[in-house]
Formats: sequence, structure tokens, C-alpha cells
Amino acid sequence: MRALLLLLLLALPARAEEIVLGLSSDEVAITATFDGSDILIFGAVKRAAPAPQPAPLHVIIAVSGPERPLTVREAGRRLGIWVNTGAVRVNAAPTFYAVATTGPIDLILRETEDLRHSITLSRAIEAIGNDVGNRQDFLDALVRIRAEEGSYQTLEGGVTFDQETLFQTRIGLPANLTEGDYATRIFLTRDGRVVDSTETTIFVRKAGIERWLFALSQEQPLLYGLLALALAIAAGWGASAGFRALRG
Amino acid sequence: MQIYLPIAEVSVNALLLLGLGGLVGVLSGMFGVGGGFLITPLLFLVGIPPAVAVATSANQIVASSFSALLTHLQRRTVDMWMGTVLLMGGLLGSALGVMAFNLLRSLGQVDLLVRLCYVAFLGTVGGLMLLESVRAVWRTRSGQIPQRRRHSWVHALPFKTRFRVSGLYISVIPPILVGVFVGLLSAIMGVGGGFILVPAMIYLLGMPTKVVVGTSTFQIIFLTAFTTLLHATTNQTVDVVLALLLIVGGVIGAQVGAQIGTRLKPELLRLLLALLVLAVCGQLALTLLLRPEEPFSLDSAA
Repeated sequence: MRALLLLLLLALPARAEEIVLGLSSDEVAITATFDGSDILIFGAVKRAAPAPQPAPLHVIIAVSGPERPLTVREAGRRLGIWVNTGAVRVNAAPTFYAVATTGPIDLILRETEDLRHSITLSRAIEAIGNDVGNRQDFLDALVRIRAEEGSYQTLEGGVTFDQETLFQTRIGLPANLTEGDYATRIFLTRDGRVVDSTETTIFVRKAGIERWLFALSQEQPLLYGLLALALAIAAGWGASAGFRALRG
Repeated sequence: MQIYLPIAEVSVNALLLLGLGGLVGVLSGMFGVGGGFLITPLLFLVGIPPAVAVATSANQIVASSFSALLTHLQRRTVDMWMGTVLLMGGLLGSALGVMAFNLLRSLGQVDLLVRLCYVAFLGTVGGLMLLESVRAVWRTRSGQIPQRRRHSWVHALPFKTRFRVSGLYISVIPPILVGVFVGLLSAIMGVGGGFILVPAMIYLLGMPTKVVVGTSTFQIIFLTAFTTLLHATTNQTVDVVLALLLIVGGVIGAQVGAQIGTRLKPELLRLLLALLVLAVCGQLALTLLLRPEEPFSLDSAA
């Protein structure tokens, strides 16, 4: 059976170098004690023939969270106080984006290839096609703020690559993760050109009581509100009674 | 110890939230203010989204005030009838406030207006209280007996009723107006309104300081319960886990605060509250006046 599969693989007009991928886990569960999480992405390069060219092989890994709309506001000074003076609506921006590579990105990836595959953060955001007119500074601010809070990461040299065969990287997911499907793309580049790519999905989901409470708040808001009040009053009364018992 | 909040969708230190709740609970018990004007800005600082902070602090105020109210009921320092009249105005004001809030939101300047409201009201109320309490402390030092104003314009209005516990015979119009005003502020600023209510009861209605704290606690509970339900059903922004952590800290703090409150002189209590209100006001004023480190901000509420 295995021999047959191998034969079949060999018979296919296979690319010279192919990615075989692994993930430490394809699901991230957000539970009550969730405090961010590391995911390990690893894999190997499968070759039909020995590495052909002298130019070194590189790996680029891009993880992209669900896209959400938002408004970017700019503050300015009016009559001595700081107020929001301008706003640009961004129809969609990834809530999380990480690019990890084996080397400096502008050396291992050509501009045209980046344009085609939308790999780097700026290209990925551009590819969504948000129309912000001539206010590029608003988009820059969005990227700057999200980078500061760890939601946007560029990890040049963050991928280890052994003998151009085994690669692995660790990507830290922050605590303020948005639920959804995280598209994970892996690119092999040689001489700045993408020679192979593959894609997988990491599922980020709330779990346990977190999931139950969130669902209740969305589906039965009145019940949820009454529950919140009941809890508050019970806690208030309980503490008061407790203190009386302590004193008396 | 980090904990993930299901509605706020952030992970924060549980002990920090317990501490915040405890601190505000002590103040709540001492002064009869719900503490919303403190806890809401503090939650912003911790990184809770503003909408969730406002809604959840309303929920936490219900608990800490309830625990304080039980203590006050035992001491018979609650004027139920006055509280009910204030509340009738309060519910009306809260409904109007939510409408005003949505209107401002559509204009895109709600953040600024909330902050300006905070600075203006905390500044005025804090300043007035500071002046008055310094004067009162001075009077007790020099041995003069404080005089309660017996007749003012408040006493000339119709629909008079007797507020037995407060020892007042005045028109219901001023308390209802005070209630509407407090309800309005509560909806716009995400607070219980105690910091407005307490001075209004003392200086405008002429109620004795001893019953002011208990009575304002009484009206705050119902007003914030109403606000919590409103937020839970319209915006789904009440975070029960966050509220519970703040509550556990808060109820303990409130008991401690109520004990301290009965031991301190009322004038001194007012002086301390005035200083606290002014400190929060100054902090907020600075954020309006100083150049922000990052002039841009992200608003994910679509």
C-alpha cells in the first residue's frame, strides 16, 4: 500500500521541493485561565531530487487572525484640549498577524512575489482593499498600535531551518485573542521566488464556562442581565451576613 | 494569577481586580458613593474596553451598595420615602440619558463629552465640598454651632410632603429634579451618581448628613440595576466574571468602609471625599490638556 502511494507520488509531476507540515495543535481553547498561548509550527521540505540550486532555501510563515472592521481616530488640539479631530473607517483589518522568516524579508522575498501572495503585513492589509483615500498615516497608526500590543508581529529570523530540510517556529498568541479561524500559510522561497506554499487553519475557540457565559449573553441577554444582578445581590447580602456572623 | 474575561475578551490579573474592587468598596462604604466615578476610569487603565467597563461597573455598584445598604438599614439611616421619590426621577433621567448618549455617539464625540462631564462635575462638586467642609471643620474647632438654613426657595414650592426620617417637610419637586439629573449623568458617565447626589441632598435639600449616605445608597442600587439590565439587553457588554471579581473585593471593602464611616466626624468625611473627587478630576483634566503619547486611537466597536 505504502509502496503504491510512493509510486503514485513519484508519478505525479511533482514540484522539486514540497512542504510537509505539522502543528503543535490546530486548536486553541480560550478557557478561564487563558493567558496567551504559544503555537509551534514545524515541518519538513520533501525533495524528489537533491537540492538543485546553489541559492539557499528560505521559509516564511504567516498567521492571520479573523478580519474585523474598526475606526481609527486622530486627536488634535482644539481650544487647548485634546479632542478627536479626524477619523477613518477601516472596513477590515486582521485582529492578529504574524510573519516569521528565516532571514531579512526584503532579501528572501521579491516585491512582485509579495504582491502576488500578500505575505508581509503591509501587503496583507493593502490586499483587503480598504479605501482610506490619501490618509495612509491612519493605516500606519493602526499597524503601529497593534504592533505595540503584540497583535502584529514581524519575526525576521524567527524560523529555525536545519540543513534546508527541517523548519520550526514558535508564535506567541496574545491574551486578547479574537475567536475565529487563523489562516496559517507557509512559503518556501529560493532566490526571492516562492517555490512552494501550503495553508492550514488554526481554530481559536472559547471553551468551558467562558463559552457558556458568552453564548448566554448573546442569546438570552435578559436572562443574563438578571443573572448578573442576582449574583451581585447574593454576593452583597452574603458578605453582609458573613460580617454580622463574625461580629455577633 | 491571570484570568480570561469572556465578554471583555482580555486576560487580566485576578488579584488586581480584587484589589480594585476592595479599594472602591471601602470608599463606597465610607461615603455612600457607588464608586463608579473611580472604578470606570481604573478599568480603562487596566485595559478593559470602555463599553464593558461602564456596563460592568454598574453591575458591581449594585453589589457593593447592597451590602452597604444592609448595614445602613440596621442603623435606620435610610429615608425610604425620599429614596423612592429620588428614584422616580432617576429612572426617567436614565432613560433620557441613554437617548442622549446614543445621539452623541452618532456624532462621534462621546468620549470627549464623557470626559468633559467628569472634569466639570467632579471639579465643581469637589471644589464646593472642599470649601464647605473646611469651613465646617473650622466652625467645630472654634466651637460654633452649625446653623441649618430653615427657609429657602426650596420651601416655597407646592406638593409638599413629609420626609419623616430626614425630618423635612418640603415639596417633592426638588428631589425629583435632583433624581432626573442624577439619572441623566448616570447613563452618560456610567456612574451611580452618588458624588452628585450626596452634596445635592446636603446642600440643596438640607437633609441631615447621617441619613444622606444610606438614602443615596438606596437609590443608587435601583438606578444601577436598571442601567445594568439596559446594557445587558442592548449592548451585551456586562461581563459577569469581571463583575464577580470586583464584587468579591468590593463587598468586603464596603463593610470595612461602613465601619470607618461611622467613626469619623461627618465634616472630616466630607473633606476627605472632596479631596478624592478633586484628585480624580485633576487626573482626568491632565489627560485632556497634555499631548497624548499616541495621537491615534483604535475603536473596534463598529
